[in-house]
Amino acid sequence: MLIKLTGGKVYDPANGVDGVVRDIYVEDGRIVEARADARVHEEYNLKGRVVMAGGIDPHSHIGGGKVTIARMLMPEDHQGQEYGRNGQLRSGVGRAIPSTMTTGYRYAEMGYTACFEPAMLPTNARQAHMEMGDTPLLDKGAFVMLGSDDFLLRQMTQKQDFSAIKDYIAWTMHAAQAIAVKVVNPGGISAFKFNQRKLDLDEQNAHYGLTPRQILLTLARGLKEIGVTHPLHVHGCNLGVPGNLSTTLETIKAMEGLPVHMTHIQFHSYGTEGDKHFSSGAAAVADAINANTNVSIDVGQVLFGQTCTASGDSMRQYGNTSGAYPKKSVIMDIECDAGCGVVPMKYKEKNFVNALQWCIGLELFLLVRDPWRLFLTTDHPNGAPFTSYPHLIRLLMDKGFRNDMMQKIDASARAYSTLGSIDREYSLYEIAIMTRAGPAKSLGLKDRGHLGVGACADITVYADMADKEAMFTAPELVFKNGDLIVRNGKILRLVQGATHVTRPEYDKGIEKSLRDYFQRYHTMQMENIRVSDTEIIGHDKGSIIVQPSGARV
Amino acid sequence: MTTPTPEPVRSTLKDNASPVAQHVACPFCGILCDDLEVSKSAKGLKVTRNGCDKAIAGFERHLPAATPLNGGKPASLAEAVTAAANLIKQARLPLYGGLATDVEGMRSVMALADVSGGVIDHALSEGPYRNFKVLQSTGWVMTTLTEVRNRADLIIIVGTDVHALHPRFFERMVCNQDSMFDSPPLKRTIVFVGSGLDQSAAVGARVGEVVTLPCPLDQAGEVIAALRARLKGAPLGAATIAGVLMAAIDDLARRCRKATYGVMVWAPPGLNFPNADLTVQTICDTVRELNATQRFAGLSLGGNEGAVTAGAVSSWQCGYPLRVSFASGQPHYDANRYAMSRMLADGEGDLLVWTASYTTGLGVPRTSLPTVVLGTPGLEMAQAASVFIPIGTPGVDHAGRLIRCDTVVTLPLTDLGRSVLPSASHVLDAIQSALQI
Ligand code: SF4
Ligand SMILES: [Zn+2]
Repeated sequence: MLIKLTGGKVYDPANGVDGVVRDIYVEDGRIVEARADARVHEEYNLKGRVVMAGGIDPHSHIGGGKVTIARMLMPEDHQGQEYGRNGQLRSGVGRAIPSTMTTGYRYAEMGYTACFEPAMLPTNARQAHMEMGDTPLLDKGAFVMLGSDDFLLRQMTQKQDFSAIKDYIAWTMHAAQAIAVKVVNPGGISAFKFNQRKLDLDEQNAHYGLTPRQILLTLARGLKEIGVTHPLHVHGCNLGVPGNLSTTLETIKAMEGLPVHMTHIQFHSYGTEGDKHFSSGAAAVADAINANTNVSIDVGQVLFGQTCTASGDSMRQYGNTSGAYPKKSVIMDIECDAGCGVVPMKYKEKNFVNALQWCIGLELFLLVRDPWRLFLTTDHPNGAPFTSYPHLIRLLMDKGFRNDMMQKIDASARAYSTLGSIDREYSLYEIAIMTRAGPAKSLGLKDRGHLGVGACADITVYADMADKEAMFTAPELVFKNGDLIVRNGKILRLVQGATHVTRPEYDKGIEKSLRDYFQRYHTMQMENIRVSDTEIIGHDKGSIIVQPSGARV
Repeated sequence: MTTPTPEPVRSTLKDNASPVAQHVACPFCGILCDDLEVSKSAKGLKVTRNGCDKAIAGFERHLPAATPLNGGKPASLAEAVTAAANLIKQARLPLYGGLATDVEGMRSVMALADVSGGVIDHALSEGPYRNFKVLQSTGWVMTTLTEVRNRADLIIIVGTDVHALHPRFFERMVCNQDSMFDSPPLKRTIVFVGSGLDQSAAVGARVGEVVTLPCPLDQAGEVIAALRARLKGAPLGAATIAGVLMAAIDDLARRCRKATYGVMVWAPPGLNFPNADLTVQTICDTVRELNATQRFAGLSLGGNEGAVTAGAVSSWQCGYPLRVSFASGQPHYDANRYAMSRMLADGEGDLLVWTASYTTGLGVPRTSLPTVVLGTPGLEMAQAASVFIPIGTPGVDHAGRLIRCDTVVTLPLTDLGRSVLPSASHVLDAIQSALQI
């Protein structure tokens, strides 16, 4: 069946197309060449509409243990936010931490067609995939967490051959069915288990004697050498700590030019100036990002309202429990593998710190020049629920609106921020880079995030409106693999997305030491930690797309 | 250099590729040991390595012959499915209880309850609810089995007979030979708070001192509350608390302060007395406060009969851990109103759909409601079922997945080919399809 999307204004940055009116043809789920003679079965007149590839969220906590802990911890989030079953659509709940099906529905209604869970623990990978399997309409993928797991830390202290470390990284990606690797508070989650309460870049883990700098370099170099496209995804040291700006700048230097993605960098851009000892470090961080092309970032924008933070960073989340609202939290040490911390938060516009966090995030968006290295996130649900993306897009595209919003925040925060003096407004082209083309390129999704011939037909069509929040809230049409799944913000049909993984090469010899390690110390055998294809395809009724990795060096 | 496929090489006995299955996970209690070896012969399954009595009873049980029944009469599976669907169609408020199944089974229960406007609750949710109430009001600091196995130097078991509920807990989590962080492996102190708790497994090279604070189990929380007060330095006038000498409580406080990684362990099903959530609350408050200066964590066991799995799948699919009604078309949560034991006692609902796939003991409760029972053959029933459909046990008769008591680890369950009985998921999905005809 040939589908023709006629006359829309196309924003396809991966192919350099900036608002050009053109027709798009779709056949068997793919974008195909224009064929003058072919019979068109379905035509959509998109005159005056904006056409982009489906949105891709490269960092959103949608599945896995900590998200479900958050769901259990916060019935308050769900009450009054119930959604009824509707035809094929399942009922569900939630605003900040929606139930799984509801998550899929809300993303698709916003024109997103892919979403990546950034913090999957190897020992919890099976559950993360099961929850993503219950998240319909979206393609999914996950970043597996390493860096506080005892196997790696032991390899490093025993000064094992670097190729064994690479084998372990690759093995873990296979076992956990991951597309990338994330490190969270490098070595710090482990250090917390030894009762350390902070770990700076060059501070040693009390048991292993290793520093975050060493762990970062090991993982970043390892990933580069095994050919994984997405660079090491770094949640750095000292999350949320005033003054962590210097740690962030040091971390960028510490990478020695290796490719790195620094995530939710807003939470890592705090200075200690002023009488409240809390200030914006956005300008300095943005300068460093602009100067170091090996670094990409996502922002983790804070937006006002109730949410629930969920992170692998048990050390820092424990530190944040004093600010919990409502006053409750879950902190866990997990399986000599990782940890987690779930802390509800209410960001208030009249609160100095929260208001300044809001400013810092926006300053970063506006001061970092290259949208190819900057992705639009709220670190859902940590800065705000993903459903607030349209509001965030309007803040970036509409200076008048931004200034109006600025008038509502705490006056001293406003006075501390340079935000009011920044004139930049994002263009649709730049938004398309930050929300589709950039993440697709960074994650190595070959046929996603663009509208060229051969691309998967994940396509979103918006009415071209002056109010960008309204425009991005309810796209007119969303296609997933060529199927029309959403019309005017309403879901028409359910489809199951694919799971994207990467499978770098490794030497199977690593399993000898892994088998022994799991048997000796763990409560799960090596054979059982691996998530099989059958589970994702059979039990979860999904499919797997293996994205290529480069040659190992 | 090779690029192996990520398929795990988990042997299944189904295709008789090998007579012995290794790395088998045991679904018969919440700690899901996954180091069993099970062999199959004409005489049935045999646990050849690492099973406890419970595991042996579960894996080696010979299933009595069973066939679907409709109104007590043998029926084909298709007939029984249609009859069950008809009962659900007629029901205004079907109650989905038991829920002793795996992840896939629970997914199917959720889908069916959603379309049919029913209520969901697990047969043993009284236990998890002692925890959920604490989680929802204050949260906690918790740990998992592997952390305990490697780190814990002080293990305080509060008010529950861990050995009876989880026969290999001590063997695997306490008495293991190696420890990741100390060489030689440190000796642990084991403290039992409560009288009459089975201490027989707290022996061996890894066990240093065993300390007992004898008290009635339903007063273990008072002892921990006194410990909490003493840790804060609050003076307590009493010479004894729940029969325990204050000196013993002060001694425990000193041990807590000295611990490198202390763990308080409880099994919610074992805290079987009124207001036991207050005991859990006291444990969690004490643990949280200790963390201000040192590391300490809680460890909750239990989770037998798929209870943890049911709570988790329910939470991720509808936001709440069970006790949800879909009658209005939306998930409506009320932990008291939708406690199924209460609903049955008060004569609410008009159909009971009971799923129990592990042990025969998780029988259908006495009720005057018509019942649709998906059960392992031999399941105890207080009355004849309107429709009975025999189902397999996940991890014995078919593959599946189950979530461990610490809510972090999910184990894959092996198809050992004991029978060709269908899975709960298969039957429930068929019922849902029949509903739509
Ligand atoms: S302790 Fe529990 S999980 Fe382990 S073998 Fe016994 S019944 Fe099975
Ligand atoms: Zn995050």
